Amino acid sequence: MIPGSFAYHRPASVDEAVALLGQFGEDGKVLAGGHSLIPMMKLRLATPEHLIDINGIGELKGIREEGGQLRIGAAATQADILASDLLANTCPLLPEAAALIADPQIRYCGTLGGNVANGDPGNDMPAVMMALAAIYALRGPGGAREVAARDFYHGTFDTALAENELLTEIRIPTPAPGHGASYQKMKRKVGDYATAAAAAVLSFDGDRCASAAVTLTNVGEAAIFVTEAGDALVGTAVDDTAVAEAAARAMALAAPVSDLRGPAEYRTQMAGEMARRAIRTAAARAKGG
Amino acid sequence: MAEKTKISLTVNGNAVEAEIEPRTLLIHFLREHLNLTGAHIGCETSHCGACTVDLDGRSVKSCTVFAVQANGGELLTVEGMAAGGELHPLQQAFVDQHGLQCGYCTPGMLVRAYRLLQETPNPTDDEIRWGLSGNLCRCTGYQNIVKAVRQAADELGQKEAAE
Ligand SMILES: Cc1cc2nc3c(=O)[nH]c(=O)nc-3n(C[C@H](O)[C@H](O)[C@H](O)COP(=O)(O)OP(=O)(O)OC[C@H]3O[C@@H](n4cnc5c(N)ncnc54)[C@H](O)[C@@H]3O)c2cc1C
Ligand code: FES
Ligand code: FES
Repeated sequence: MIPGSFAYHRPASVDEAVALLGQFGEDGKVLAGGHSLIPMMKLRLATPEHLIDINGIGELKGIREEGGQLRIGAAATQADILASDLLANTCPLLPEAAALIADPQIRYCGTLGGNVANGDPGNDMPAVMMALAAIYALRGPGGAREVAARDFYHGTFDTALAENELLTEIRIPTPAPGHGASYQKMKRKVGDYATAAAAAVLSFDGDRCASAAVTLTNVGEAAIFVTEAGDALVGTAVDDTAVAEAAARAMALAAPVSDLRGPAEYRTQMAGEMARRAIRTAAARAKGG
Repeated sequence: MAEKTKISLTVNGNAVEAEIEPRTLLIHFLREHLNLTGAHIGCETSHCGACTVDLDGRSVKSCTVFAVQANGGELLTVEGMAAGGELHPLQQAFVDQHGLQCGYCTPGMLVRAYRLLQETPNPTDDEIRWGLSGNLCRCTGYQNIVKAVRQAADELGQKEAAE
């Protein structure tokens, strides 16, 4: 399992990295944590001629709050997310999800940017980003642009990212105090991708749900934003009837394949169960539970 | 033959320079270029943790890191744990508690446990299991590994208190 040959580049700045991406086009690939890319290279499913290692770029690593947004550098690792007091206090959904990804060694390396840019439906962070209404900041030779996470995923390994673009930052509107969120993941063991997983982010106005976002991981060609599930919750007290309706709508959009994690029917049911648990837990947390 | 890249790093306290192909994985560099065969290749697919080494204060699976990425870095492998002919308290604890049978997973377990105790000097059993969850063992059933890490944590804590 030896990867194909490539030339290695370690730019020191975003400008330099973007210039290299522009120069190499489809022959170049960004190397972040490497824990999706290197396994693919070992299997020769990826054979880039140039690797552009972004780990030497300090400006891609920070986690801060600015202008009502949580701004996370694309090269911040899952371990950085778990260690961040800012995120623990303002957006505990992120460390909750990070802790469910892979294992300690992989979390020291794997980056948030790599997780969301990768395009594998098994990745956990895309659904979390959709639930939080995150925005991805991209930089290419033509300049900078922003794409909403909810518009980013087109299919398996098919995203809005152009081959010469770098994801520089993930921008999350700081969730209002009193919001409740949860990520529920069913997996067979530590280091496994989800059989099915769901994220829910809710806010309340008194005892009525004021806003709700529900998303699913690994039960389709990409993460799924279930608009209809949120609609089923808004205006309700998130009682059993509303939760059941939201979960049914989530299951209606789930379209998993049968694989080693189980037959499609089972994985669809588990998507519904994960949605139920995520919604109930998010509601309890919003109410201070 | 692809062009070689020059790297320099510190391995177990010694300065090392080498010319390697960028595609050389860190585990192959350690085992085949430096003859440090302590870190093992188990799965080769980033699952088992037998290849774990410590790079710049992080436990990494060296089958999933390129050696060029360690350029300028500080690396610790199981060969670097014993100091002055004396086993590291973690190594002694694995002996005392029968924390190994075939020993294949042990170098990775030791190096990972080393970093775990740096970050969490007095872990609960749950924290030990969580911290070692990236390392698989097919022999021991893990109980004695957890006991060994517990013993080492206690001993290192006492040493610290005495100093
Ligand atoms: C055993 C194992 C278990 C795992 N389990 C899980 C799991 O349960 N859940 C989960 O979500 N993931 C899991 N992963 C994947 C892991 O989280 C990866 O780290 C992650 O998918 C990719 O992040 P990375 O930083 O390693 O990116 P890389 O592997 O370096 O890159 C992945 C892709 O994204 C591109 N890319 C990376 N960063 C950028 C950027 N800034 N701009 C543009 N393109 C970029 C790369 O070019 C590449 O195509 C697992 C991996 C392993 C090996
Ligand atoms: S050989 Fe590296 S994780 Fe198994
Ligand atoms: S002692 Fe044999 S694999 Fe752990």
